[in-house]
Amino acid sequence: MSQTTLQEPEVNLELAIDHGLTEDEYEMIKDYLGRTPTFTELGVYSVMWSEHCSYKNSILEIKKLPREGDQLLVGAGEENAGLVDIGDGLACAFKIESHNHPSAIEPYEGAATGVGGIHRDIFTMGARPVASLNSLRFGDMENPRVRYLLDGVVRGISDYGNSFGIPMVGGEIYFDEAYEGNPLVNAMSVGIVKVGETASAIAEGIGNPVLIVGSSTGRDGIHGATFASEDISEESEAKRPSVQVGDPFTEKLLLEASLEALKTGAIVGMQDMGAAGIACSSSEMTAKGGLGMNMDLDKIPMREEGMTSYEILLSESQERMLIVAEKGREQEIIDVYEKWDLNAVVCGEVVEGDRVTYWKDGEVKADMPADSLVLGGGAPQYVREAKKPEYLDTVQNFDTDTLQHSDDFKTILLDLLNAPNIASKRWVHEQYDTTVRTNTVNAPGASDSGLIRIKDSKKGLAVKTDCNGRYVYLNPRKGGQIAVAESARNVVCSGAKPVAITNCLNFGNPYKPDVYWTFKEALGGMGDACRKLNTPVTGGNVSFYNENPKGAIFPTPVIGMLGIVEDVEKHRMTPGFKNDGDAVLYIGAERKGLGGSEYLNTIHHLTTGDTPDIDLDFEAILQESLLEAIKSGNLNAVHDISDGGLATTLAEMAIFGAKGADVSIDDFAGSLHEILFSEAQSGAVISCDPEKVEAVSDHFKKFNIPVHEFGTVGGSELTINDVVSIQISEMSNRYEGAIPKAMEV
Amino acid sequence: MSKKIGVIVFPGSNCDHDAYHAMKHVMNADTTFLWHKDKEIGDLDLVIVPGGFSYGDYLRSGAIARFSPIMEAVQDYVKKGFPVLGICNGFQILLEAGLLPGAMLHNEKLRFVCKNVNIRVENNRSLFTSGMKEGTVLNVPVSHGEGNYFIDDEGLSDLKEHEQIAFRYCDANGNVTQEANFNGSVDSIAGIINKQGNVLGMMPHPERAMEPLLGSSDGIPFFESIFNSLQLA
Repeated sequence: MSQTTLQEPEVNLELAIDHGLTEDEYEMIKDYLGRTPTFTELGVYSVMWSEHCSYKNSILEIKKLPREGDQLLVGAGEENAGLVDIGDGLACAFKIESHNHPSAIEPYEGAATGVGGIHRDIFTMGARPVASLNSLRFGDMENPRVRYLLDGVVRGISDYGNSFGIPMVGGEIYFDEAYEGNPLVNAMSVGIVKVGETASAIAEGIGNPVLIVGSSTGRDGIHGATFASEDISEESEAKRPSVQVGDPFTEKLLLEASLEALKTGAIVGMQDMGAAGIACSSSEMTAKGGLGMNMDLDKIPMREEGMTSYEILLSESQERMLIVAEKGREQEIIDVYEKWDLNAVVCGEVVEGDRVTYWKDGEVKADMPADSLVLGGGAPQYVREAKKPEYLDTVQNFDTDTLQHSDDFKTILLDLLNAPNIASKRWVHEQYDTTVRTNTVNAPGASDSGLIRIKDSKKGLAVKTDCNGRYVYLNPRKGGQIAVAESARNVVCSGAKPVAITNCLNFGNPYKPDVYWTFKEALGGMGDACRKLNTPVTGGNVSFYNENPKGAIFPTPVIGMLGIVEDVEKHRMTPGFKNDGDAVLYIGAERKGLGGSEYLNTIHHLTTGDTPDIDLDFEAILQESLLEAIKSGNLNAVHDISDGGLATTLAEMAIFGAKGADVSIDDFAGSLHEILFSEAQSGAVISCDPEKVEAVSDHFKKFNIPVHEFGTVGGSELTINDVVSIQISEMSNRYEGAIPKAMEV
Repeated sequence: MSKKIGVIVFPGSNCDHDAYHAMKHVMNADTTFLWHKDKEIGDLDLVIVPGGFSYGDYLRSGAIARFSPIMEAVQDYVKKGFPVLGICNGFQILLEAGLLPGAMLHNEKLRFVCKNVNIRVENNRSLFTSGMKEGTVLNVPVSHGEGNYFIDDEGLSDLKEHEQIAFRYCDANGNVTQEANFNGSVDSIAGIINKQGNVLGMMPHPERAMEPLLGSSDGIPFFESIFNSLQLA
């Protein structure tokens, strides 16, 4: 008899509560088992029923999002990632996921393993990852701890992603005190697979062998999922061992070997190991197949000695997968993994029944109904108490007219270009390989969305992550609507039709009624926009408990938008001004309202006012008409108006194109501050050859989209009436200089 | 006659497909992959050691790759006078293998850098560069963390004496400036040739600059230059 068994603590309610379970949940477990769980079983239930794995406090709300669409090849939550038919016999698998808690404690490994985990979700479906994005949130850059976190996170993403060899094509970074101590690190992966060649995460076929492949198993990351399901506190530092350690080289081997192994046709099902490691992958595959699984933990390749069944099942060692093979053909799979110098070991079998049973040292250590463990099965689902936060009325009724607005527009614009939220993120994205695999058409930087071409096809994929947390904080419903609408507008601006989203829902503690109300409202807003823009939700990830001792972060439902460019050579579009003499036009809604703007944040140090209005019907028509205009070939540059308003948009178009412009805003209604700095939705600046102005204007009028020509491209200055006149070089210095200067203090 | 080209695949190579695509689909050359465990090169006109992270490069870039079976075969191939082009990690491996002089350090600012840079053709008296005019400026991507080329003074004189410097970092007008030397390389060196003239190592990625859609096609004249030389050989 092994010593470890003798040392196992007695399982009782107190121990269950120590594992993060509630009394009711402990009773549920005893009901499912008809007895008191073993120590190992308690550990497995505690991670499988953690927020991170079970979505217990979010799933009922998530199910209200629109999840149907003609192009969706698998339903949301059915597989590791969404799968969208992109034509030409190809499908796109894509998903975004958070690694916030590990990155708060250990930024380098936290971010690195976040990248690794999301790519595994994609290639476990048989798709080859072709593009990465990331969406990051940090506190104020003045704080040295924030700079340390930014540096560590960027290095982690850079080292892992560059070695793995997938181009980073887009993303966004915001800085606000609200994220102090609890940064957000959301990583997105996009992959391509031939329709019909995808793999499923299912255990089928009684007698089929189960293999573990990839890295050996160690003690790293035990209880990572549980750690991600509680507030970050001063004690969190002690949980540093819960953070996994990444090995991009092994991940690269695992990618190549897994795609090659799938080609043998001997794989029945495949599931990657992320949160809750072997416990999660084996129980999910088993529950999905509706059968049972026996697993012998003594067969698992180990990197340290003396690990207990509890530790083996809960280990979150990275770069591992579980495979169910066709009986008698396991050697074909083993041969492929051996070619790539990776472990591939038969460690179990699909059996009759409905239980997952784990053996060690000749004893059953855990024996549970598979379905009782998993999301959508026996895992608990809750509706939490929701209450509208009190601050909302105050901020939404704030009258921005009561502020002292400076008329030094030049200084305001330069300060905005220098604001970390608007300034160039070149310092960050130059640390990422953006061109590997030779598909990158629009790299991060001078583009509204990332754009890659698809080899052997005329098509391209435009991808974008987006969420203005400030908007969601000030008005959760409108903020949710705008997150979807703006990410869609961004891919349209690159020449793509938006088709589907993935999302990463970053919120505070769901047991706080105001957080839960905000969560529900924001999801409601997302749903409104997804329905109107016909971009269903394909899946994603929820990250609750994003709090620090001062309170919750801004509610931040990050949207990962996928768009398809029909003909990438002809339709691709960029925001930089192109030719001297081109006409500059504005299309879209009136520029009014300063609520929630970067202008208020940077110039007045205020996060207040109501989030800009958005008319989703208008937005849908704007996007449709804009895409048609781009496809007609009549436009030379297109840039969405977002943070920093019209003035910032014009400045960016000038900086990106290294060409100035002379514009008049006489035709715009409202105060100068609103015209120049309002973040009103549903607007864009476009440019075209002067002789095409009429055709372009007629086109938008046909759709009832307001359009007016208001300037000309040319020179080395941006001139707006007689209120702004700045050399491009001066704008560029501020825009490009802000982040490097802050980081090289 | 179509050229036959081999692209080496180490398990951690990730620009192998970039090189393959550039050779096969842009240059229309007969292109094959060579596996790192292969012991023979076979009948090929050019071997490319591509970019990536050969065996993870957790030690020093290329330090382990030099011991691989395929690199032993490459040593023989080079001895027989056949041409070998190392790009990025390929350059690092050729240095570690002693096929080119010098060593690679971490970039001066200790950060990975990925961007388009300009490089100047320093001499056109090699089989790799003979089709281009001296002073030609090529706009090509770089993407590396360890591209800070180092060689001692004596070695540098030797390189100059034997006209082994193929490319130097420069500005858009072809001026070799301190600012253009983003990774801190000795004498702004971006690529060098061995004394025999059949091995070229370079940090920039000409194979990623083959199509206007992707931002630059300046890699084409470079590969055309190599192809023309091979025809003559």
